[in-house]
Amino acid sequence: MLRGLFLLAVLIASGASAQERVIQVTAERFKFTPATIELKVGEAVILELTTLDRKHGFQIPDLKIDETIEPGKVTRVRIAPTKAGTFEFHCDVFCGSGHEEMAGELVVKP
Amino acid sequence: MSESRGRREFIKILGFGGVVFASGLAGACSNILRKAGAEDDDFFFVQLSDTHWGFKGPPNPEAANTLRQAVQAVNALPRQPDFVVFTGDLTHTTDDVAERHKRMREFKAIVADLKAPVQRYMPGEHDASLDQGAAFQEHFGATHYSFDHKGIHFAVLDNVSDPQAAIGDAQIDWLLADLKPLGPDAPIVVFTHRPLFDLAPQWDWATRDGSKAIDLLQHWKNVTVFYGHIHQEHHFKTGAIAHHAAQSLIFPLPPPLSQPKRAPVPWDPAHPLRGLGFREISVDEQRLVLTLKEDSMERVS
Repeated sequence: MLRGLFLLAVLIASGASAQERVIQVTAERFKFTPATIELKVGEAVILELTTLDRKHGFQIPDLKIDETIEPGKVTRVRIAPTKAGTFEFHCDVFCGSGHEEMAGELVVKP
Repeated sequence: MSESRGRREFIKILGFGGVVFASGLAGACSNILRKAGAEDDDFFFVQLSDTHWGFKGPPNPEAANTLRQAVQAVNALPRQPDFVVFTGDLTHTTDDVAERHKRMREFKAIVADLKAPVQRYMPGEHDASLDQGAAFQEHFGATHYSFDHKGIHFAVLDNVSDPQAAIGDAQIDWLLADLKPLGPDAPIVVFTHRPLFDLAPQWDWATRDGSKAIDLLQHWKNVTVFYGHIHQEHHFKTGAIAHHAAQSLIFPLPPPLSQPKRAPVPWDPAHPLRGLGFREISVDEQRLVLTLKEDSMERVS
């Protein structure tokens, strides 16, 4: 994992442009689906985060992404990768036994 | 005991700041100041952390015994501490509210066998994050508070009742009001569960607004923080403030970011207590020196 580097340009988006791929990510105790998100350098995408049960978090510390996912709401995060790498994301809102395993990874390919 | 191991187990902190290492002997911490003939003025306390009562799983198949073994180990010290402090995750989390209360009652019943005259508690996220500390408060009292003991001011900070791992502005304001009457040289010890600094946010080893507490505490010269959460001994400094994490009493976790996943260290049936332990902290007569001794459950049981 590449730590301490800000390799992606990240914005919270209110909506996706016509050119940007939308990736839907669901959170539920104690997993994200999909758990692996693959992107390509230079490809801007919108993550649409929703929860199937309760409030969760979506944090990628290496990229300074820190969002909450509220029931009944869609949280959108725009990511525009500029360099390749693998970045772990996890839930940072304690949600029960198994919370520590609620994680996934963002894989940015060249 | 090997020389290198002994050196790891016995740490003396001068002026609540600079750390020096010295060789340690079994029971040395509880005897060292008594030998100086200062029984009335020196004292020591014991930190136990992350007992996770109620946990069941491969990382510790003997979890039903570990807490009792720890109580026995503390009771077997040559001299009893003035108090024992539990720095969070007393119980393992459960969605079942009745079971949560049951685990807390069982925990209290087991630690009631401690010979030490006083026990101090604070929650970890497993105790408090699912109900914002309601059950914990019912069984153990306030989640943040302060007390004075023999010239040292102790402050307990709650960074877990908020499931997003924040202390919160109201508690920061309380801390400021609590510390304000103290002089700049006053010896201060802070107990909390999560690290106040960003040890490893990738593994959720941080406090969302911990920097606010650190910024505040830096106005005093002699501050030491003891915490848990990361299930291993760890020492770090932010400015003049020393931060010391304790071993757990359930299963060890790997060093920060040493592997891709924050998975428990696999249980070894040949060494079922490996990586588990507790800490003795002694305070000298002048309240200038803290001496830390890391007790391994594998060695003392």
